[in-house]
Amino acid sequence: MLSDITIGQFIPGNSILHRLDPRSKILAAILFMILLFIVKNFWAYGILALFSLILIVISGVPVKYVLKGLRPIITILAFTMVIHFFLTPGRVIWEFWVFKITWEGLVRGFFMSTRLILLVTVTSMLTLTTSPMSLTDGIELLLKPFQKIGIPAHELAMMMSIALRFIPTLLEETERIMKAQQARGADFETGSLLKRAKSLVPLLVPLFVGAFRRADELAIAMEARCYRGGTGRTRMKKLEWQLIDTLAISLVITLMGLSIFERIFL
Amino acid sequence: MQIIIENLDYTYKLNTPFAMQALKNINLSITEGEFVCLIGPTGSGKSTLIQQLNGLLLPTNGKIQVEELVILPNSKRLNALRRRVGLVFQYPENQLFEETIFADIAFGPKNLGLSDAEVEQRVKKAMALVRLDYDKLKDRSPFALSGGQMRRVAIAGVLAMETKILVLDEPIAGLDPLSRNELLSAINELHKNLGITVIMISHSMDDVAKYAQRVIVMENKGIIMDDSPREIFKHAEKMLAVGLDIPTVTKLLWELKKLGWPVKTDCLSLVEAKAEILQAVRRNTDA
Repeated sequence: MLSDITIGQFIPGNSILHRLDPRSKILAAILFMILLFIVKNFWAYGILALFSLILIVISGVPVKYVLKGLRPIITILAFTMVIHFFLTPGRVIWEFWVFKITWEGLVRGFFMSTRLILLVTVTSMLTLTTSPMSLTDGIELLLKPFQKIGIPAHELAMMMSIALRFIPTLLEETERIMKAQQARGADFETGSLLKRAKSLVPLLVPLFVGAFRRADELAIAMEARCYRGGTGRTRMKKLEWQLIDTLAISLVITLMGLSIFERIFL
Repeated sequence: MQIIIENLDYTYKLNTPFAMQALKNINLSITEGEFVCLIGPTGSGKSTLIQQLNGLLLPTNGKIQVEELVILPNSKRLNALRRRVGLVFQYPENQLFEETIFADIAFGPKNLGLSDAEVEQRVKKAMALVRLDYDKLKDRSPFALSGGQMRRVAIAGVLAMETKILVLDEPIAGLDPLSRNELLSAINELHKNLGITVIMISHSMDDVAKYAQRVIVMENKGIIMDDSPREIFKHAEKMLAVGLDIPTVTKLLWELKKLGWPVKTDCLSLVEAKAEILQAVRRNTDA
């Protein structure tokens, strides 16, 4: 159940996507997200979907695994679709009592859900192919220019990497505590929603206690190794921007240019 | 046979790139009232195996039978099973959650649907078993206790379920010697007086030699030895080769033997070893 969560998970590999500089991957992912909201026709969505599919294929991550990552958004997806289907004014194509499905609603619902699916797919491609370490390194370097206006780039990146680092630990811990309570007859799987929600309360106490204890221990361990923030800190792995990164970014920018051109002139 | 395991395989995260097999073709049966110790280097699959016993993990292949309950890869509704098999996890003190010690220990019995009076009885009994003072401690917060006491509260929480089978994953890890002995003798008393089947994972070979009637050695996802402690510790080289230890007395006798003393090496307790050494000394002086 908890092992279904794939957000933020990294699958080691040696594909082109894995070898790209995290900075170019982050930038490309952001641009792609903007791109998703620029385009507005079937062909463009088709091309973007194909593009994402190619990304998955060259990354070597099993397609099944990426699809599994979509499971948590199924409810949101269904909800958006239904809202758009029924609440968009336009040509009615199906009617029952007060419910009307319009052609425009169908199209918009379809677009919206495609957007969401591609959004999640591409961002998870980023995290699936980038180790948390290089991801935060990338973010830190991307934020560096903003340090002049008071954004604490290093601290933000450190906080992020710690948060990412502890997601699996917390999940594991949750699972362990759940098991311990199940072993004592707790029931998380059956009963009404309210009953199930109530059975989660005993889970949160040891989880929080554990999280605070861990945070304390981590702070002590970091201080014991003389951590004192970002100033003067060197790194073992220097990020290097290569030709392939320029190519990747140019590809996304070209796609963006094309879609803007299409929106304005066609 | 109380527990029968047939051709059990288990793989973590099946069907993901992180799939990792933890158990391979396990066949095992355990009789009612046995005190079994499960030993093996870390990563050999001990903890995975014991979680199968009360349905927290379901087999990938194979079958487990606990009394008349059969567990298959797609079994559901495992609560009946969890009432038969009590499981104490590693570092159970990290899983305490209630505001008072009483409430924490009562969690299990309450889930069994017992009356308040019965629940109180069970809590009292369980606390007595782990030597915690009921009247003094019942309304205190479990988080205000020392580590060793927290451990005992957590174990009492499982004991209060009064299961016929008790499974413990390294119950004494990280405890001081006195608490260790107290806890182990409490478990042994349960086993002796109530005929409870005990399955315990331990890394302390001295304790294994002292309490176990049967020792199961696991290595690399499977069972490599399954015998009485006396037989198991005869294979000292094999034990050391897989990264395990042997009891202190056995080690002493092995060392003496290496020095040329005519001693048997299969003694498990100090008393036996003393007798053996004295005999050897006498033989030497006679000769």
